[in-house]
Amino acid sequence: MGMSMESQFHVLAVDDSIIDRKLIERLLKTSSYQVTTVDSGTKALEFLGLHEDDQSNTETPSVSPNNHQEVDVNLIITDYCMPGMTGYDLLRKIKESSSLRDIPVVIMSSENVPSRISRCLEEGAEEFFLKPVRLSDVNRLRPHMMKTKLKDPKQDNEENKEESGKPVSRSLEEKEEQQQQHQQQQLHRLPQQQHSNSNKRKALEEGLSPDRTRPRYNGLTTVV
Amino acid sequence: MDKNHLQRQLEMKRSLLDQGYLDEQFIQLEELEDGDNPNFVEETVTTFYANSARLLQNIEQALGSRPIDFTALDNCMHQFKSSSTSIGATRVKKECTLFMEYCEAANAEGCIRTFRQVKQEHASLKTKLENYFKLARQGGTSAGGHAGRS
Repeated sequence: MGMSMESQFHVLAVDDSIIDRKLIERLLKTSSYQVTTVDSGTKALEFLGLHEDDQSNTETPSVSPNNHQEVDVNLIITDYCMPGMTGYDLLRKIKESSSLRDIPVVIMSSENVPSRISRCLEEGAEEFFLKPVRLSDVNRLRPHMMKTKLKDPKQDNEENKEESGKPVSRSLEEKEEQQQQHQQQQLHRLPQQQHSNSNKRKALEEGLSPDRTRPRYNGLTTVV
Repeated sequence: MDKNHLQRQLEMKRSLLDQGYLDEQFIQLEELEDGDNPNFVEETVTTFYANSARLLQNIEQALGSRPIDFTALDNCMHQFKSSSTSIGATRVKKECTLFMEYCEAANAEGCIRTFRQVKQEHASLKTKLENYFKLARQGGTSAGGHAGRS
């Protein structure tokens, strides 16, 4: 079943908030991942061996060896709102790097801004988690990491279905209770968790379809 | 493990949840405690209060400047609100949301008034959580109910 693979997965978590770094680290370690946390996008790139002045070059490898001979990172999870380099900026730099672009990237944000979500997904983020991040969110990471290691999509889909089945209804109830003022957050939660193993864009589109009763939402044309 | 203490601990927690001081996120934190990390919740809350003092100071300073930079104010509060949300501090979070609405409206009076409420809720919760953790320690358990150091 590949359980022994989990201890080998290394996640790089990026967040400027000390509380959120502590939380994400605990969540990831609970799931038996190796974790490195950094407090900025700049430090994340340093850790990954990518220096800001050598990227966007698809021909030559852009990883310069520093003190890390081989930085083996299986997934990067980053906050969106950070001073200086945002999570989106970091995502772009990773995707522009020939050596790093295959590392799955997940974005976290405390704000549900649909245009922000779609922009991140368009840029190549695998998932977009609303904060506070839960264990049920972290459970969704494994398939993305396994894809890059095992390259067995069928196996990933099976596992993903199983994992996402139970948390859906419980999470929805909780969200409705505690976040009434953020009605739009339901919009994000619902499609993502119901379509865990399908195309993330499809999930976002379905969440926006008119037959869903979603208050105050106009579609992807919302200007940030 | 002292049954009486555990019962009182659970009742206190129930009360904090029912009165809206804490929400489900706090429970989520407790669920992350285990044998290896029996004091995760208390550690996180301690870190929160150590860090939030600084954030509140930033907001205080920004509120004191003339003219008020509402964008900077909003950014500062966003950070504080984010941390509060992460530990499940519902009432604090609500005041933060209200504060940010006043920021957006560039309403200085509203910000100043609401900030007082933010600080009040923040302090009130601190006392309640201190009592909660104290009770947990006396009962020989951590916040999540794990037998740990006393």
